[in-house]
Amino acid sequence: MPMTTHNKTLRAGHELPVNAYLAGITDTVPLILAAIPFGILYGALGYSQGVPVWAILAMSLLVFAGASQFIAVGLLASHTHPAVIALTVLVVNLRHMLYAASLMPEAARLSQRWRLPLAFWLTDETYATVSTHLRHYRDTGNLRWYWLGSGSAMYINWVACTALGAWLSRDVPDLTHWGLEVALVVAFVGMVVPAIKQFSHLCCAVTAGGVILLTYDWPHNTGLLVTSLVAIGVGIGTEMLSKKTAPLNGATHHE
Amino acid sequence: MNDLTLLLLILAMMAVTFVPRYLPFALAHRFQLPPLLQRTLGYVPVAVLTAIVVQTTLVRDQQIHTDWQNPTLWAAVVAGLMAWRGVSLLLTVCGGMLVYGVLRWLF
Repeated sequence: MPMTTHNKTLRAGHELPVNAYLAGITDTVPLILAAIPFGILYGALGYSQGVPVWAILAMSLLVFAGASQFIAVGLLASHTHPAVIALTVLVVNLRHMLYAASLMPEAARLSQRWRLPLAFWLTDETYATVSTHLRHYRDTGNLRWYWLGSGSAMYINWVACTALGAWLSRDVPDLTHWGLEVALVVAFVGMVVPAIKQFSHLCCAVTAGGVILLTYDWPHNTGLLVTSLVAIGVGIGTEMLSKKTAPLNGATHHE
Repeated sequence: MNDLTLLLLILAMMAVTFVPRYLPFALAHRFQLPPLLQRTLGYVPVAVLTAIVVQTTLVRDQQIHTDWQNPTLWAAVVAGLMAWRGVSLLLTVCGGMLVYGVLRWLF
């Protein structure tokens, strides 16, 4: 049955940490599903590029950042200097700082003990899930459990699929040509479209799509970062210009 | 690259991944972001995810592919329409992947 807003309202009413934790997992299931082929693809790619299996797994366990791991494996295969690889990964990951910054009001209510794992598990998917949740509900104290559920489920799934991919690609060498990355595309589309609620969001999305096509060939994925900043600027700029006209909905969850 | 260098690289990757994720949280109780910056950061998911989607869909081997035989493009379009019509994320993901599978088989 499709997950309706009504259903979510009922589930969000749970007061117990365990219910929030399970809701976090449930709401992340579509993205977990999409991460399965992506994780398999990463494991298979690493294996086919001759990266040792322990290193493929160690990256998933310790780094836990899909896009960065793909790029690192590609750079390893082309014998890039380790310092350049680390720098590239840093640039690719700067978007996570934007994610974390937008969740600062929620993080401020958490102890440092909580902030560490939740930061480690702050992926595109968990950020999208948590920020969508916050568009609909206020944090009544159990957001940390919801977030933990989303993050831990993504993590376990990612590590398992990585191992599966490395293992499968011994017998299925052309696994990397199956186009498994489409799963990521449809999942992100499914997250973005409902987030476009007012004209300024639409301007932001159109700008992001246009600018990335001009900057995609910039070195070390800097195009993604520049594109994001320009699109964010266009979004907030449009919002401020059209402030006089009534918005369709609240712009953010922080009001 | 020997195993020790590789291990050190992975640890360095761990550091440069974790620090951007954690730094804003570490400072979260010291100061509050001004409301305008908070509203600005509300555009982060739309901006970043759209850019990733467009890049992954249209760019392959450092070239832009907009031909109609790009199955990822059709999968993204169908997923977009489903999501716009209010179909759940789970069904959207399944529908998009199904379209992709069928087109890969056809083309």
